Amino acid sequence: MSSETSTTIVVMGDREEIFPQEPAERPRLRPGRLALVSITLLTFAFLYVPIAILVVFSFNDARTGAVWQGFTLDWYARLFRNERLLDAALRSLIIASVSTAGSVVIGTMTALGMERYRFRSKTFWDGLLYMPVIVPEIVAGVSLLLFFAAASIERGFLTLAVSHIAFSMPFVYLTVRARLADFDLSIEEAAKDLGADEWVTFRRVTLPLLMPGIVSGALLAFTLSVDDFIISFFVTGRGWDTLPIYIWSALKRGVTPEVNAVSAMLLLFSATLVVASLILQRRRAY
Amino acid sequence: MANDFAVELREVVKLYGTMAAVDHVSMSIRHNEFFSLLGPSGCGKTTCLRMIAGFERPTSGQILIDSRIMGLTPPFQRNVNTVFQSYALFPHMTVEQNVAFGLEMKGVARAEIARRVGEALALVRLPHLAKRYPKQMSGGQQQRVALARALVNRPKVLLLDEPLGALDLKLRKEMQIELKTLQRDVGITFIYVTHDQEEALTMSDRIAVMSHGKALQIGSPLEIYERPACKFVADFIGETNFLEGRVTAINGEFATLSVGAGQTFTGRRVNGLRVGDPATLSVRPEKMQLVEHPVDGAVNTYEVTVFSIAYVGSDTRVIINLGGQRLDVWEQNSTSTLNPDDYFFKPGEKAWLTFKPENALVLAQ
Repeated sequence: MSSETSTTIVVMGDREEIFPQEPAERPRLRPGRLALVSITLLTFAFLYVPIAILVVFSFNDARTGAVWQGFTLDWYARLFRNERLLDAALRSLIIASVSTAGSVVIGTMTALGMERYRFRSKTFWDGLLYMPVIVPEIVAGVSLLLFFAAASIERGFLTLAVSHIAFSMPFVYLTVRARLADFDLSIEEAAKDLGADEWVTFRRVTLPLLMPGIVSGALLAFTLSVDDFIISFFVTGRGWDTLPIYIWSALKRGVTPEVNAVSAMLLLFSATLVVASLILQRRRAY
Repeated sequence: MANDFAVELREVVKLYGTMAAVDHVSMSIRHNEFFSLLGPSGCGKTTCLRMIAGFERPTSGQILIDSRIMGLTPPFQRNVNTVFQSYALFPHMTVEQNVAFGLEMKGVARAEIARRVGEALALVRLPHLAKRYPKQMSGGQQQRVALARALVNRPKVLLLDEPLGALDLKLRKEMQIELKTLQRDVGITFIYVTHDQEEALTMSDRIAVMSHGKALQIGSPLEIYERPACKFVADFIGETNFLEGRVTAINGEFATLSVGAGQTFTGRRVNGLRVGDPATLSVRPEKMQLVEHPVDGAVNTYEVTVFSIAYVGSDTRVIINLGGQRLDVWEQNSTSTLNPDDYFFKPGEKAWLTFKPENALVLAQ
């Protein structure tokens, strides 16, 4: 006992020598520090400057070119008069709503099943659910196209919705699974112990506790659906061009500030949903 | 007659794969009894409780609650409630909503729910925290909410799974007394799972001592401590000294045991031992005395050497050497003195150990 105490004292003594107090004033920019700061700034510039340029030029009062001519909201006003664009946006929202609803139901049920039941090669099946992370979008798009063609399914609303459910469901699965990881199963037992049957237990206890995970997954799924171009491009049919497909076809006629404006709005929309989703994921259970 | 027991287990077996978590356990728990399932972790006590609650199904055997065979009856149709080790409060509901949950499920009228929730919270002395969420409360308070949430349903039987396990020692002691008082007041059968023998002894009317899925002994705290039925129970409950040997003589309810180099010890005989059987003498440290001179005519008197002494306030714990065996002897410090010499044995000194045969037990191996 006494030897332990003395050992501790020795260690504490040493620590004072090894870590002398830092001087109050440090040189502000040592070479290493300068490099670190520059690299950091360059990285963020690399990520965001192109986007900033896009947004800035959506307010540029000029039909073409990369020269600033003055501020205008004209391009945004035009957007809202462009029937074809508005139709494409509406179709995007419809597909996103349907595919989000589908992926929420399937993803939540999959997460509950994977969490509750033990079965053989569970890790393998869990890994398969990371499909959109593993499979390149172009491969997913081509394979879906081949599949629908082989099954003689006409391309349009149905093929779009099914494909969007397929790539967004895993994100709901992941967020709900994360929520379930710190879920005390005895809470469900307590509900049953107090007279709630399986369904009431799910509705009154399990579902409310999973809700932040479900909503956060739904926001991600919605964003992914609205943003998707590659897979949609392959599986869409006549009359079902989504907003990203419309933008792409508009680009064929040249980059106009109108395209900049619609992209800027899409960016704002997606960013809002993703931030909301992150906030919900961070929030601890009560 | 049929209504004599609140809960009955008949030859209950629970297998996990080939491992028997509960191995042919039978016990009958009386109405209004405070009954404890006591044993080390993995002894099957919690599995028994979970089978009574309906969370697990027995592999074979029967469980009866209020004389009704439970069979496949799901938890939500059994007239029992559980206080979980982790409390398992609903984190998204206030204290009030937590306590009201069971009554809501039964379809009790709103006004009645409000009244009974109030009563239940008053019973656990938490009416002022009704609007709080579980996360805003201390462990002890959450524990009481869990208790109120179960008791408000007026179950036939309350099942408690190590409910005090997460509390600190002082709070535990308080809650032990509180729980016991509560149980007497509400008149509900309590089945209490614990690995803490002192807790079980303090609160229980009867205790079932479990090990490796079997109920080794069922009896009052007094019976369990003073007349353990086997070595495991004698060892698990309290402290004891074991001396192993062979039975050389039987005299009515006493048996004499010969140990190693020919020393003989006499104690109460249990388990129908016969001459020649291997057996173990169990004698508790506080039931032996150390004296300076041999006691005339005493049956169990031996010369020993004092190995070490430890003063622990209420008593002095002496370790002695008896023919190579170390034994613990606790001498109560019945006088108050500051002179160390008054505790007249010192390490290395010779002394005489004595105990009465009726204070020792001869158990089967």
